[in-house]
Amino acid sequence: MWEQIRSNRLRSIVLVAMMGAFLIALGWLLGYSIAANGIAGVVIALAVYGLLNLVAYFQGDSILLSVAGARKIKREDHPRLYNVVEEMKIASGLEKMPDVYIIDDPALNAFATGRDINHASVAITSGLLQKLNRDELQGVIAHEIGHVKNRDVLLMAMCSVLLGTIVIISYYGSRIMMFGGTSGGNRRSSRSGGGGGAAIVMVAALLLMILAPIFAQLIYFAISRRREYLADASSALYTRYPEGLASALEKLASSSVPVKNANQATAPMYIVNPFKSRGLKMNDLTSTHPPIQERIRILRTMAGNVSPAAYDQAFRQVKGAKSSIISPQTASLVGAVGIRAPSTDTTPLEPATEQVTRAREVSDLMYKLDNYHVIDCDCGTRLKVPPALHGKTIRCPHCGRSHQA
Amino acid sequence: MIAVIWVILGIVVILLLWLFGTYNGLVRARIAVKNAWSQIDVQLKRRWDLIPNLVETVKGYKNFERETLEAVTKARTAAQGTANAGVGERSKAEGELSAALGRLMVVVERYPELKANQNFLALQEELTGTENRISFSRQAYNDSVLQYNNKTQQFPSNVVAGMFNFKKEQEFLQATETEAERKAPKVSF
Repeated sequence: MWEQIRSNRLRSIVLVAMMGAFLIALGWLLGYSIAANGIAGVVIALAVYGLLNLVAYFQGDSILLSVAGARKIKREDHPRLYNVVEEMKIASGLEKMPDVYIIDDPALNAFATGRDINHASVAITSGLLQKLNRDELQGVIAHEIGHVKNRDVLLMAMCSVLLGTIVIISYYGSRIMMFGGTSGGNRRSSRSGGGGGAAIVMVAALLLMILAPIFAQLIYFAISRRREYLADASSALYTRYPEGLASALEKLASSSVPVKNANQATAPMYIVNPFKSRGLKMNDLTSTHPPIQERIRILRTMAGNVSPAAYDQAFRQVKGAKSSIISPQTASLVGAVGIRAPSTDTTPLEPATEQVTRAREVSDLMYKLDNYHVIDCDCGTRLKVPPALHGKTIRCPHCGRSHQA
Repeated sequence: MIAVIWVILGIVVILLLWLFGTYNGLVRARIAVKNAWSQIDVQLKRRWDLIPNLVETVKGYKNFERETLEAVTKARTAAQGTANAGVGERSKAEGELSAALGRLMVVVERYPELKANQNFLALQEELTGTENRISFSRQAYNDSVLQYNNKTQQFPSNVVAGMFNFKKEQEFLQATETEAERKAPKVSF
């Protein structure tokens, strides 16, 4: 419904076109320096791209799901998850119910796939499913449905195929040039009557072979990060409750278990970077996801209003940036939209295992022995206050309520 | 001279394309409003179907407050009776049903055996899901109406909307019942 994120789509298209230009330039230079025929090189490069794209378009989602080890579920298997997906399907105005998958993995993550809005799938790890309460699950699922609705899945698939093609062609091109280069070069220079021009092309081809995969990768990451922010904005709008996603992201951030069956190609599909290592600030150019703390802060800054315009304002406030993430046209489509009240149902989907409960009780006991003061905040957080802070006012890091220790 | 004709032709073609695009956009927005409206209908019917089952399960427990159950059944019959009535009347009846169900869920908290019953827990999840779906489909309806109305009023698509008689949609549905219902069940243990 709020899919017209037009100017953003335009920016994404520009970035994709840049990657495409890299591919064409690479094909031409390689074709020219290997076989003295630039056009043939371009044709081969595009043919490889087309072929890979066809595979990705029709088989991509099933390949991705089977690589991740996901199993499809029905309503009876997990009514709560199924219900939440259906709620978000309704809120987003999707016509067809996405397929729902569970990945049996203690890691915390989720992703969406599918070539268009009528062939979408949402997958979530069993670890995450156990940790989240209903509001948080809703936020995560809404983020994934946002990816589907904003056509990110298709865009990212096309991009990763483009990137893959560039990598493949550079790799094989360098092999061919190394082993077939001398004889081909001699023949060509004798035919053209002068090696100067050909040598320049050769150098350019070599340079591009090294640089194209790197630049293509950086562009790919830039597109991916941008789409993550947009999916967060969609999630806030669909659920009318940004705190749900924010607190889910908090739980995701505190886990350090990497996803078992993820690889570089599938990373942008996940809700948070599946390779993240704890405590690292992933604010660099080589990340598929924006830093998680920043995403949480943006979501928590949008107080009282969940419209895309409010997200945009929060984005600029947190990032200290002038450029916006959501186009003014899109922002103007939706007026101020109020936040709803939290759900009364705050238990996690499945109770914590006995082991976890026991570990928690033991650690609480140790804290008490050390004279720590325990405060149970209304938001469910348990604050453990060191003796040095007794008698002072303490703010809950989770919800901001004040407590007298 | 020929160049001028080409330019004019180009402009006409672009204008026509824009006209088609805008017209189709308006049609799509109108269909979205209709779909969102029928989605609310589907979810409300689903809730009606859920209630007999719920009442049956709860009735089995002795001393369960009869009035609460009767209120739910009565509200359901009343809501079904307004199926073909106007929006206002209907949302009032459905709101009363929501409130009755909310009260039932509060009362249920006093029956620990009931809370341990698997069958009841499944029904409770179904009911929560349905209540959420109702409020989300109402939200989706309001969103689609807002978008449609914006398209019919903002320049330049309002010109096309005026040409082909796309009328402004009716006002939004008020979410009064969900707010009342969200405030009501504040259970303390």
